[in-house]
Amino acid sequence: MLKFAATLAAALFASSAAFAADPDPANWPAVLDEARGETVYFNAWGGAENINAYIAWAGEEVEKRYGVKLVHVKLEDAATAVNSVLAEKTAGRGDGGAIDLVWINGENFSAMKRQGLLLRPGWAEKLPNYAFADVEGKPSLRTDFTIPVDGLESPWGMAKLVFFHDSARTKPEEMPESIAGLVAWARAHPGRFAYPQPPDFMGSTFLKQVLAESVADRAVLAKDVATVDADAILAPVFATLDALNPLLWRAGKAFPKNYPALKQLLADGEADIIFAFNPAEASSAIAAGELPDTVRSFVFPGGTLANSHFVAVPFNASSKAGALVVADFLLSPQAQARKQDPEIWGDPTVLAMAKLTAEDRARFGRLALGVATLAPDALGPAIDEPHPSWMAKLESEWAKRYGVAH
Amino acid sequence: MIARFGPPLAIALLAGPVAAGLVGTLLPAFGFLPSLGHSTFSLEPFRALLAEPGLLRSLGVGVGAGLLSTALALGAVMLFVAGWIGEPVFQRLRRGLSPLLAVPHAAAAFGLAFLVAPSGFLARLVSPELTGWLTPPDVLIVNDPMGLTLAAGLAVKEAPFLFLMTLAALPQTPAGPSRQLAAALGYGRIAGFLHTVWPSLYRQIRLPVFAVIAFSTSVVDVAAILGPTAPPTLAVRLVQWMNDPDLAMRFKASAGAMLQLGATAPAILAWVGLERVGRVAARALCGSGFRFRRDGAPRLIGLAAMVSFAAVVFAGLAVLALWSVAGLWQFPNALPARFILSGWANTLPRLADPLLRSVGVGVAATAAALMLAVLSLTREDETGARPGQGARVLIYLPLLAPQIAFLFGLQTAILAAGLTPSTPLLVAVHLVFVLPYVFLSLADPWRAFDRRYEAVAFGLGRSRARMLVAVKLPMLAPALATAAAVGFAVSIGLYLPTVLIGAGRLPTVTTEAVALAAGGNRRIIGVWAFVQATLPAAGFVIAAMLSRLVYRGGAAGTGR
Repeated sequence: MLKFAATLAAALFASSAAFAADPDPANWPAVLDEARGETVYFNAWGGAENINAYIAWAGEEVEKRYGVKLVHVKLEDAATAVNSVLAEKTAGRGDGGAIDLVWINGENFSAMKRQGLLLRPGWAEKLPNYAFADVEGKPSLRTDFTIPVDGLESPWGMAKLVFFHDSARTKPEEMPESIAGLVAWARAHPGRFAYPQPPDFMGSTFLKQVLAESVADRAVLAKDVATVDADAILAPVFATLDALNPLLWRAGKAFPKNYPALKQLLADGEADIIFAFNPAEASSAIAAGELPDTVRSFVFPGGTLANSHFVAVPFNASSKAGALVVADFLLSPQAQARKQDPEIWGDPTVLAMAKLTAEDRARFGRLALGVATLAPDALGPAIDEPHPSWMAKLESEWAKRYGVAH
Repeated sequence: MIARFGPPLAIALLAGPVAAGLVGTLLPAFGFLPSLGHSTFSLEPFRALLAEPGLLRSLGVGVGAGLLSTALALGAVMLFVAGWIGEPVFQRLRRGLSPLLAVPHAAAAFGLAFLVAPSGFLARLVSPELTGWLTPPDVLIVNDPMGLTLAAGLAVKEAPFLFLMTLAALPQTPAGPSRQLAAALGYGRIAGFLHTVWPSLYRQIRLPVFAVIAFSTSVVDVAAILGPTAPPTLAVRLVQWMNDPDLAMRFKASAGAMLQLGATAPAILAWVGLERVGRVAARALCGSGFRFRRDGAPRLIGLAAMVSFAAVVFAGLAVLALWSVAGLWQFPNALPARFILSGWANTLPRLADPLLRSVGVGVAATAAALMLAVLSLTREDETGARPGQGARVLIYLPLLAPQIAFLFGLQTAILAAGLTPSTPLLVAVHLVFVLPYVFLSLADPWRAFDRRYEAVAFGLGRSRARMLVAVKLPMLAPALATAAAVGFAVSIGLYLPTVLIGAGRLPTVTTEAVALAAGGNRRIIGVWAFVQATLPAAGFVIAAMLSRLVYRGGAAGTGR
C-alpha cells in the first residue's frame, strides 16, 4: 500500500517537461527518417468491417513504403480515446502516450483542442499531400463544427446525411422531403422508422437535423448554446420528437445501437427508412451483400447536415513522426481514391480534383458511383454543423425525455 | 517445503487486486482522485448519480433479471437432477451440457438474439407459411424493457455451470441410499430427492449460486446485447460513463459502481429470503405426508428445460455459423440467398494477432492458476486442515464482487502506478478470475483422492515431491486436465477485465468480438463469435484426449 501511494505521488508530481523535439512536417525527409521503424497506434471506431479492412490495407502500405507499423485499436466510440489522453495528461504522462493517431471530428475535436490534448503547433496543412485538399470547395476542412481547425487535425473524409429506402418495398415518390414530412410519413407507417440511440453519433446527427429544420435562423446554431435562449429554441425540436417517438420502431421503447444496427433493420425488413452519413454507404452495403440491390438514396430538398472527419495526433503520442506519415498517406490521392471506391468503403474524398495530376484524377474517374449513390450534384444543399455545445445539450435533453421509456 | 507458500500466495493474488480495486473505486466515489486534481472528499458523485434519469429502473431491471435467471437455472437443474438421476438420459445430458460451459457468454447471447428476434431465425423458419408475415412484426423481444430476454440469455449459460457444480457435489451426499429409502417409503422421484438429498446438496453449491447472482446482476456484455436500451442496466451505463470523454463522469461511474456493489448484498439477501420460503414450504410438504408419486409432468419440465437450454445455445451457434457465410439474407427467407466466404476471407488475416494473444494469455494464466491450486491443495494435505468458510469466501471473492466495482479502481490504480498495458499484466488480471474456477474444479477430485496411494509411495521411501510427481499428479491427470480446460475457457471469455486492463491495445478474440458486435454486422459477429466459442471447446477436447493418454500411461505404470 505504501509503495502504491509512493508511485501515485510520483505519477502526480512527475515533470511533464521531458519532451523530445517534436517532428517538423516542413522538413518532410526528416519526418520520414524518424518514422521508419515506429509503431503507430491508430485509435479508430472499429464497428464497420469495410472500414477496418481499409485501415488494414493502409497499414500494409505504410509498412511497405515507409517502414511504419500501423496498429488499429478498435474503439466502440472515439470518445474513449479522448478520455485516455486526458487521463494520461492528468496523470502527468507528457510523453510515451498510448495513442498516436485518433479518428475524430466535431465534439471530440473541440474537447481535445480546448483541453490542450493535441499536438501543437498546427501541422496538418504542412503535410505534402495537403496541397491537394479542397479547402476552397469544402469549408468544413478548416472549420470543424464551427471550431477553427488550425491545422490540429488532418482531413480524412467527407460526410453528408443521406436517407435510404428499399424501392422493392416502398415507392420513391412517397419518401418524405423534410423532417415534418418524415413525421407525417411515420404517422401513416408507424413502427417503420428508427434512429440510433443518442449519444450514438448517428442518433445525435438526426437530432441536429431536426434542430436545423426547427430554427428560423440557423445563425444562432453557430453560437455556444449557453449564450442563447436554448429552451425556446429547443421547444419545437422536442415537440417534433414527442410526436415522432410513439411512431418509431418498437414505439420508441428500444433504439438501435448505431448505424450498422440501423442498416440491419432495413435488411431484415424491420424498418423502411434509414439514414447514413456517407452517400455511398448503401452502394457499398449492396456490394458487400448486406442490403438488397433495390435500395436507393434520397435527400431533403431543403438540405441535410454535412461535415468532414479527420485524424489528429495527441500531444503525448509516442510515435509522432510515424503518425504524421500515416496522416499524410491517408490524404494521398491513391489512398483517397481507394477509400471512395464503393466496393471498398465509399467514403467521399477531401481532395480537389482540379489540383490532382491527370493520372491521379483518372483514379477517381474510374470509380463507379454505385446503383444507390446520388451524383454529387444531386446531394442537395449542405447544412453546416451547429456548435458542438448544441450536440451535448440535445443529448442530455434527449436522455431525460426518451432515455427512460414508459 | 515450497507448498507452504501456496495458500498465502493464492489468497494474496485473489484478494490483493480485488481490495486494491475496491479502494480505487471507493475513493473517487467520494470525489477523491488526486491524479485528476480532486483531493478532497465530497458526496457530489452520489448527488450526480442520483440525479440520473431512470437510475432505479436501471438498477432494478439488472438485479431483477439476474435473480430471475438464477432462479430459472437453479430450478431447471434441481428438477432435472431430482427427476432423472440414475437414468441413462442423465449421463447423456451430462456429456451434452459440459461443452456449454465453454461457450462464452457473449457468443451465447448473440446466438439467442439471432434466434428469437422478430426477424430472427425462428420467425423466418415459420414465415410466411404459418404466420403470414412478409415483414417481421414490430414486437419488442430482444432488448425488452423488463429484461426477460436478458434473464433467459443468462439462464442458458448459468444452468450448465450450476449443473456441473451439482455433479461435483453429488458424490459427497448420500444420494443413492437416500433415494432408495424415499422410494421404499413410496415417495415420487422428485419429492424423494428434494426431501432427502437436496438440502445437503444445496448447502455445497450455495456459494456458486451466490457467485452466479453476483455475476448476473452486474453483467455487462450480455446485458449490452440482450438487455433493455432505454435505459440500459446500471452495469452497462457505468461502462458508458467510464468511457465518456468528460473525466468528471468517472466520479459518477465510481459512485454507481459502489451502488452496484451495494445492490449485490440485497440481491443475495433477497435470494436468502427465497431460500427460507423454499425451506418452510419443503418442510410443510414433508410434514403433510404427500408422496407426489405422479410427478411425470415436473420431471418432463426439468428435462425439457435442460434440453432446451442446450438446444438454444447449440442452435444459436449454428445460426452464428450460418450468418458467417451468408450473403444477402432477407426476411422471411429461412436460408441466405447465397453463401459467400468474404466474411472469413476478410477476417482471417486479422485473426492471428488477437487469437495468439487469447491463447497465450489463456495458457499462461491457466498454468499459473493450476500451479497455485496444486500448491495450495498440497499444503492442505500436509497440514490436514481443510479451509474454513472464510477461506472459501476468499476464493470466491473475485466472483462475488461485481467485476465493474473493482476493475474500474484497478484500472485507475494501474494508471496511477505508471504501469502500461502489457501482456504480463493482462495475465496477472486474468489469473484473478481463472484461479477460483481452477481451484474449485480441482479441489473435490483432489480431496477425494485415495491417500493410501501416498502412504504406499512413502512406505517405498519416496520423498513427498517424488510421490507428487510420480504418483498423485499422474493419477489425477484427468481432473487436472479438466481444471485446465475450465480455466482456459474462463480466460478466453473474459471481456471487461481484458478491455479495461488492456486499454484496447491488447485485443483478444473476445474484445474484438464484442467491439465488432457494436457494429451489428451479423456476418462478422458470426465469424468472431464462432471462433470465440471454438477456442475453449478445443481446450476441452484436448483435455479429454490428454487425460485419456496420460491415464493410460499412468495405469500401465501402476501395473493395473
